[in-house]
Amino acid sequence: MLEAVTVAFHVAERGVFTAVERADLSVAAGEFVAIVGPTGCGKSTLLNVAAGLLKPAAGVARIFGEPLTRLNGQAGYLFQADALFPWKTALENVAIGPETAGVASVEARANAKTWLRRVGLENFANRYPHMLSGGQRKRVGLAQVLIRDPKILLMDEPFGPLDAQTRQIMGNLLLELWHADRKAVLFVTHDLEEAIALADRVVIMSAGPSSRIIGDWRVPLKRPRDISEVRLEKEFHELHREIWNVLKSEVLKGYAQTTLAGAAS
Amino acid sequence: MNRATLLVLQLLVAVVLIGIWHVGTSVPFFGVKILPPFFFSTPYDVGARIVKWLREGTIWWHLYITLLESVLAFVIGSLAGAMIGFWFARKQLVAAIFDPYIKMMNALPRVVLAPIFALWFGLWIWSKVALGFTLVFFVVFFNVYQGVKEVSPTILANARMLGMNERQLLRHVYWPSALSWMFSSLHTSVGFAVVGAVVGEYLGSYAGLGYLIQQAEGVFDVAGVFAGMIVLAMFVILIDVMVSMVEKRLLVWRPDPGDARA
Repeated sequence: MLEAVTVAFHVAERGVFTAVERADLSVAAGEFVAIVGPTGCGKSTLLNVAAGLLKPAAGVARIFGEPLTRLNGQAGYLFQADALFPWKTALENVAIGPETAGVASVEARANAKTWLRRVGLENFANRYPHMLSGGQRKRVGLAQVLIRDPKILLMDEPFGPLDAQTRQIMGNLLLELWHADRKAVLFVTHDLEEAIALADRVVIMSAGPSSRIIGDWRVPLKRPRDISEVRLEKEFHELHREIWNVLKSEVLKGYAQTTLAGAAS
Repeated sequence: MNRATLLVLQLLVAVVLIGIWHVGTSVPFFGVKILPPFFFSTPYDVGARIVKWLREGTIWWHLYITLLESVLAFVIGSLAGAMIGFWFARKQLVAAIFDPYIKMMNALPRVVLAPIFALWFGLWIWSKVALGFTLVFFVVFFNVYQGVKEVSPTILANARMLGMNERQLLRHVYWPSALSWMFSSLHTSVGFAVVGAVVGEYLGSYAGLGYLIQQAEGVFDVAGVFAGMIVLAMFVILIDVMVSMVEKRLLVWRPDPGDARA
């Protein structure tokens, strides 16, 4: 999907800042790939390239063989920060996708209701985002993205701001919805355990700047999985240890760089 | 604190102030009244004047004129401010070209415009509407401009990923954001509309609360001045309560509309 993508920014007075250097990554249809890396390694940058929100300085993003030139219309994007429209109710937020595509309002709302039920929020349809908890807002976000039935799902640390329990519940909900209709998923996270528990493949990126993809593991765990139980299995631990050995040095490098940069400025 | 206690305490402030006023103007200390009634009138005289106005019915006409001027200034100023603010925020070149002029006009004390408006629009309501307009316009203009500029980039990216085209972005993202900023400055802009009307009347007119106060001042009728000010204050509080009610309805989606005043 992403071929030799390099993302560079021109930073005033400091020349070119290369965020991601020649990254190659392909995701098969229906495959769940997690990208893990230390903070500031450009995971989200890569995701934005796949979404068409960011143009790579070199390389091409291909969606089902077609080079991506504009916004990726086949992708749904779940953001880390709150991205719901605060002036719309939960129902209106979910219905906006089909409405934008030209579906009649009545039909869109009926469909949105179904999706709210699927994410367990049928009783909160008329609440505004600020009246919902962080986990509930993520559920609405998930419904908002999935109602458009995108072929590709891009997720940027979507459960990052949630507490540990809610994260597990949301992870299971995500897997359940994904099982019903397998989409290609690109899931960015800094949490290795979450990545292994959810994904078919785990991709590791090196510390930035100019970060590269340095590892690609297949997850041998069976599906369907339960996130909290899968963590107890032997294969999970072995894979976790193996990946962590590679990731650890990168995390330390990334940490050293951020502290050094902090000391310099 | 519950509402009843709060109301009692609020009334207590008025009672204490009127009490001090009464004692100062009617009880001599060592043969001298601290607040000479010639300069401060007395609570009784002022109250009697208000009652007289209400009984004669003359006050309603003046209130009606001031209200009409305020409403016209508010509506026209808000419409123009919202449209031009929106336009400037979306067209950066236009905003950059007009930026120094907007700042210059906003820095100008509006009182100096009043005589010119009186010359242009006459002494009837339109010169007051024009004065109120210059005040309301800038409040709404800056708020709508800011509202469009400060749309969260995440929400914008999300809207684009959900497939919105430019027109749909305007309708579902920019416009609601701009309106929310405008509504949160409702108290300020309504207040300015009233200020424009009253100051305009004060400087030259046939009717209105400002006219009433100015007439009383012209003949050293302090009771009339104070009565006019109190009626004006009541009028403003009434309008403010109505604005709060409207605001509550319009900004239901906001966490706490009261905190977000501009």
